[in-house]
Amino acid sequence: MKISREDVLRVAQLAHLELSPEEVETYRGQLDEILNYIGKLQELDVTNVEPMAQVAFAGAGESSLRDDALVPCTVVNDVLDNAPDAVKPFFRVPKVIER
Amino acid sequence: MSASSPWTIASVRESLLTKKISARELTQDFFRRIEQRNPELNAYLALSPERALAQADRADATIAKGATAESLSPLAGVPIAIKDVLSTKGVRTTCGSKILEPYIPAYDATAIERLEAAGAVILGKTNCDEFAMGSSNENSAYGPVRNPIAPDRVPGGSSGGSAAVVAAGLAVASLGTDTGGSIRQPGAFCGVPALMPTYGRVSRYGLIAFASSLDRIGPFTTNVDDAATILKIMAGHDPHDSTSAPVSVPDYPTEARQDLSGMRIGIPEDYFGEGLDAEVKAKVQAGIALLEKLGCKRIPLKMPHTDYAIATYYIVATAEASSNLARFDGVRYGIRVPGGTLMDMYRKTRETGFGPEVKRRIMLGTYALSAGYYDAYYLRAQKVRSLIARDFSDAFQKVDAIVTPTTPTPAFKLGEKTADPLQMYLADIYTVTGSLAGVPGMSVPCGKTSAGLPIGLQIFGPHFGESKILRLARGFEQAGGFSI
Repeated sequence: MKISREDVLRVAQLAHLELSPEEVETYRGQLDEILNYIGKLQELDVTNVEPMAQVAFAGAGESSLRDDALVPCTVVNDVLDNAPDAVKPFFRVPKVIER
Repeated sequence: MSASSPWTIASVRESLLTKKISARELTQDFFRRIEQRNPELNAYLALSPERALAQADRADATIAKGATAESLSPLAGVPIAIKDVLSTKGVRTTCGSKILEPYIPAYDATAIERLEAAGAVILGKTNCDEFAMGSSNENSAYGPVRNPIAPDRVPGGSSGGSAAVVAAGLAVASLGTDTGGSIRQPGAFCGVPALMPTYGRVSRYGLIAFASSLDRIGPFTTNVDDAATILKIMAGHDPHDSTSAPVSVPDYPTEARQDLSGMRIGIPEDYFGEGLDAEVKAKVQAGIALLEKLGCKRIPLKMPHTDYAIATYYIVATAEASSNLARFDGVRYGIRVPGGTLMDMYRKTRETGFGPEVKRRIMLGTYALSAGYYDAYYLRAQKVRSLIARDFSDAFQKVDAIVTPTTPTPAFKLGEKTADPLQMYLADIYTVTGSLAGVPGMSVPCGKTSAGLPIGLQIFGPHFGESKILRLARGFEQAGGFSI
């Protein structure tokens, strides 16, 4: 067993998920099985292999950086229209700072 | 039109130019058919009739002014459906998730903007696995899609709705997205051509991200020419996506027409082993024999890291997903479930808004990236990804394309694999390799099983080698390979 109940709770905390007790048990078993399968990656010798941190190819051209120029942003209202709770021009959230 | 002769881009253009039908009539005709068939299939989540009819009227106005085959936009009046992970301005975009139920994007994805600029009529948004995570479309918060060929079976996933609407004649073409097989696998299950372009070929701007180093946008069509036409329109650098490559865009429809004789096709033995359904194997081998008959040279290959692709994929993709999906927290868009504190609100919103598979993948990805496990899982997976990419670059030293089955089995029954996530993941065993390597791949129909279920033949090409794939796919199609 690779994954304990405590692992599941720790990861759920990191991921900001509030799991029900049933979910904790279900995910513990399923993640354990999946990680056991993924354990097969340990069979390979990866000494001197570079991680593929970027998907760029020879011949794909240079990706150039755009000019660092200011452009007006005109979508504020459209964006805030999608917010569950907005007081334009702000998003409103529960109080985070006690004063 | 009957199911045996579906609309194509060419037949739409011909009918419009000869005034057999107007673009408005054609669009209305599609909406009527959708109304009849969609309650059973559940393939469309939202329709955009106002936008579609306005665009159809523009096509009709151009034709009324005397447009010719040369002057008419390449997709004028062509009804197209869009997977619901692609942002459409003013049209609800849910990603198949409850968390985005009320979301109305303020902008269009670049791919859609380019299709509409070429005249396309956007009919609506198609159902998919939540945030494109799944292989059966059963992970949608809005219910599963049924396979139009066999309604007790899944259409594949995650772009199940996009595959189903093209197979059922409810759109001339559609867009899907592919992260580990989500275009090619449903293409195989529904019996339609389905193309995943090279990473960087098509801008991802406006695609709501699942795994940013893997996600691609590509078309489902009824024939290879249409895939070539749509790719040509969508491809090319976009200043809004710095990973979209500044590589020139070939005239794919013309290149697809080149003769395929003399092409070297690699057949990796690793894709024909244990777990491959006997009927699928037999048809794909018959498909390969047909390509040989057409003058292709068959070259046996070994791609030794194939067997490690699923394990690699489910670390890399879930790690990226755990990061990308952190943005759904009830603050800026979608639903919010109130909580006493900000943290409570985040947790309750995410707990309520995300479905079980999305939570499972967020958990797996978070675990793989967390302190103490990063080296053992994420870093190691990134190294194995290099080995898998090397399998492909080595192969393309010797061959023009690689031909394999798209999936190990035909479409499975609804509910058959939902209880076992790992079994579901293994449905992508032949597609995830190319996703990890960044190469383009296409599934084309390759006959049916004795029970009448479609089988897919997959063609991989080298980076930016879509022309080679389309050439093989078109030659195969012209020689009757689709119904072999």
